[in-house]
Amino acid sequence: MTTTKPAPPSAPPSAVVHRATRSFSALAPQRTRHTLLTTAAVLAAAIIWAGVSAGSGTVLIQALVTGILTGGIYSLIAMGLTLIYGVLHIINFANGAMVGLAMYLTLTFVDGTGGMHPYIALIVVVPAMLALGAVLQAILLNPVMRAPLQVQLLITIGIALAVENILLLVYGPNPRSVALPGNRAVKIFGAAVELSRIYALVGAMILVAVLWLVLQKTRTGTAVRAVSANPEGARLVGINIKRIYVLTFAIGTAAAGAAGVLIAPFSTIEPTAGSIFNLTAFVVVVLGGMGNVPGALVGGFVVGLTEQLGALIMPGQSSLLAVFIVFLVVLFARPTGVFGRAS
Amino acid sequence: MTVLEIHGLSKHFHGLKALSNVDLTVEEGEIVGIIGANGAGKTTLFNCVTGAFPPDSGSVSLDGKDITGMSMHRLAGAGLARTFQLMRPFSTMTVVENAMVPAMHQHHLSAADARDRAMDAIAMVGIETWANDVSGSLPAGVLKRLELARVLALEPRVLLLDEVLAGLVPAERTPVLDLLERLRHERGVTMVFIEHIMAAVRRLSDRVVMMDQGEVIASGDVDAVLSDPHVVEIYLGKEYDRA
Amino acid sequence: MNNRTFAPRTVLQERTDPVVDAVAPKGAGRTTVGNRVPWDYIVLVAIIVFGATLPFVATVSTMAIAMRVLVFAIMGIGWNIMSGFGGMFSFGHAAYFGIGAYSTALLLVRFEISPWIGMLAGMAIAALAGMGLSYLALRYKLQGAYYAMATFAFAEVLRLFAFGNGPLHRQTGFTIPVRVEESFWMFQFKANSPWYYWIGLIMVAAAMLVSIVFVRSKTGRYTMAVRDDDVAAAALGLNALRYRLTAVAVSAAVTAMAGTLYVQYYMFIDPSLAFGPSVSNDAIITAVVGGTGTIWGPLVGAVVMGPLSDLTTAFLRNPPQWLAPLAGHDGVDIILYAIVLIAVVILLPKGIYGTIRGKVTKR
Repeated sequence: MTTTKPAPPSAPPSAVVHRATRSFSALAPQRTRHTLLTTAAVLAAAIIWAGVSAGSGTVLIQALVTGILTGGIYSLIAMGLTLIYGVLHIINFANGAMVGLAMYLTLTFVDGTGGMHPYIALIVVVPAMLALGAVLQAILLNPVMRAPLQVQLLITIGIALAVENILLLVYGPNPRSVALPGNRAVKIFGAAVELSRIYALVGAMILVAVLWLVLQKTRTGTAVRAVSANPEGARLVGINIKRIYVLTFAIGTAAAGAAGVLIAPFSTIEPTAGSIFNLTAFVVVVLGGMGNVPGALVGGFVVGLTEQLGALIMPGQSSLLAVFIVFLVVLFARPTGVFGRAS
Repeated sequence: MTVLEIHGLSKHFHGLKALSNVDLTVEEGEIVGIIGANGAGKTTLFNCVTGAFPPDSGSVSLDGKDITGMSMHRLAGAGLARTFQLMRPFSTMTVVENAMVPAMHQHHLSAADARDRAMDAIAMVGIETWANDVSGSLPAGVLKRLELARVLALEPRVLLLDEVLAGLVPAERTPVLDLLERLRHERGVTMVFIEHIMAAVRRLSDRVVMMDQGEVIASGDVDAVLSDPHVVEIYLGKEYDRA
Repeated sequence: MNNRTFAPRTVLQERTDPVVDAVAPKGAGRTTVGNRVPWDYIVLVAIIVFGATLPFVATVSTMAIAMRVLVFAIMGIGWNIMSGFGGMFSFGHAAYFGIGAYSTALLLVRFEISPWIGMLAGMAIAALAGMGLSYLALRYKLQGAYYAMATFAFAEVLRLFAFGNGPLHRQTGFTIPVRVEESFWMFQFKANSPWYYWIGLIMVAAAMLVSIVFVRSKTGRYTMAVRDDDVAAAALGLNALRYRLTAVAVSAAVTAMAGTLYVQYYMFIDPSLAFGPSVSNDAIITAVVGGTGTIWGPLVGAVVMGPLSDLTTAFLRNPPQWLAPLAGHDGVDIILYAIVLIAVVILLPKGIYGTIRGKVTKR
């Protein structure tokens, strides 16, 4: 062929195909600056509105600080979800159950070691979850990777139900808790915060950094990104796709595990303790751009703040209502997510 | 009488010029071939004309009525149909059910009548052997002709054909060409077709339009266009022997 | 190329019931409409007649299970219409179920309006809500996972709205007031009355009838054509949006009916029971286990999945020796439910009915 011009699409570019290109890399600069400005403007307006509704600066500051901190937790939990969606296109309904499982593993670790620091459980829980994720993907999900969307979705729903009820069976229905040595409340700008929540926020940032480095700087990470962008092409250059799927699901599950350990000290540990975050985590993932790991961090903050500010703006309503309204608006307005890169 | 008139049509994709200022007029009963290398904008032209996406500027009219940016299903209802380069069967349906869809919808036929008409269309393209097979599992050559059978069941007045011969073995091509000629003679169907196979272009076209880089660079009588030195240089020198 | 790797995973591509060739074996050539036996209707009548005798032979506890089967069946049949035949994967059918339940309960409790009127109102509201949501979704080109997430969020918004809304009794929900006398018009009978079952059975029959008529109708065929390839369908003159919205409306209305049956039988509804994610799961699982995109799949799925947890519980009341440690523990029934779900999805990807039918027609 004589021309070098790429062929224009032969059919109307399908929205789905467009969105199949996800971003693990830096948020697209031009677009992001624009979006960040818009987001900042909307946020500022919401803060002012909430402040006026609340009628008290202290209440507003408490809401902002709480919003950022819970946002950190949401990002933490959403990290594995977005990674798995980005590469496998699976909406992992079992993500929350995995978080719950990790909480119980932390509990068992602390009890079993006679009260060791719960964060040390990371050394045990993360590899265990990595292995579990690998096994689940290899046995249950790899055989159906080419099946329609609902098949993988239902399998993860099945895994979630099974995990939660195994936890119920083993540990019983009574809520449990894990103590964090040295945990206390501190004041930030006059708002009271528990140290453990600050640790969780720091943990979320470290996790993003780790996942980022793995994806960007390692050979395996490059292979994962290649499969995500173009599975057929990756296969052609000799990447074992099934192995990458297993690896990705394992890493995603391990990320959920790390989240579970970090939030265990301030959570009521119940079989469904992780699943209650499922909805919020989905919202975070979509807001951040499905498959966009750094986006999940930002998405978490957006959700955390929306929740807190929404509670001030709409008193008496569930704090999640505002989140879902924002979610639907964003889904329709920018389905690639606020920070997703449009191709 | 002019049936299809394209005037000054332009389209950009993300700053990429896909069509620029394309003019094309097609008379009733005429068969116009569009040639050009991959990426020359031929399919984009079809897409802009049939409402797959709106052009940035320019106009399209059918029978003198402006149809610019009109949605695809309304155009099909108005008698302007197209086929696709890639096969797009209704994969859970049998071959005959595929062809029944336009027959029922366009002509408000009962299922039984639509089936008769669909069977006729299928027989015309020579795939009646597979009539009751689920289309999703059929070979490309059959699906390619099913694509044609479906638009035949629609019975359009103007037909845009996007590489109908691609994917067919040479023995399967001649009957399709015969069929297209018959369509023009018996039903007076006006056709614009994109084709790489030069023998087919030569045989079928009253007129040929050569596109390159989103522009029409030559247009006119088959032999004149094909012997245009510019055309030969950028396209035929490499492509001619493929026919 | 992206298209090829992505497309098969976003569209529900099961072979739909052979509409025209329902009785014509492959290669049998033309059949005329006149002498084709309407097997679907005959089978439906047979099932209903046979099913209607259940209250005469079954125990009270079996009837309770049967009621759940009926509710599951209506939801699964409803879900299947838009997601199986229409190809738009709904992850939030709780929205329509809940709208049905809440419309019925609200009108009955606050205004003493017959549940039948409430049912019709619920069906209408559900259809409108589904069309509104789907219109927006299609307008903004949400497909596959994104559409699923939108429907999921929609159900959640409704749940949270009901949760925080005074006139809807917030988290308390509605309790249907007990009447002194039985009344067909007020859809209330004494406890364990077979009438609940018979009415539910008629609702299932109605849902099945809608499903069969839809699939056999031209609209149904166009809907399936749009599901298979919306661009090709549009190029042949089909208004894809119109057929998709029709499927959504029918699906939502059918599902809302299940909400009425639920609230009248259990006499109680709250935001989680109506709009919770597990309700959506029940609808999906019923249809998928039975076979999506098939007429009979959801019914089969309901009969299989409905009794599963009760059977497990009953079984574990007197377990064999090796299972004795599990006796009396919570969760075993759902673990089994989950295992069956995963096994069916992996081993029988077309669902129980879909796989069996596939085997039969291959011969």
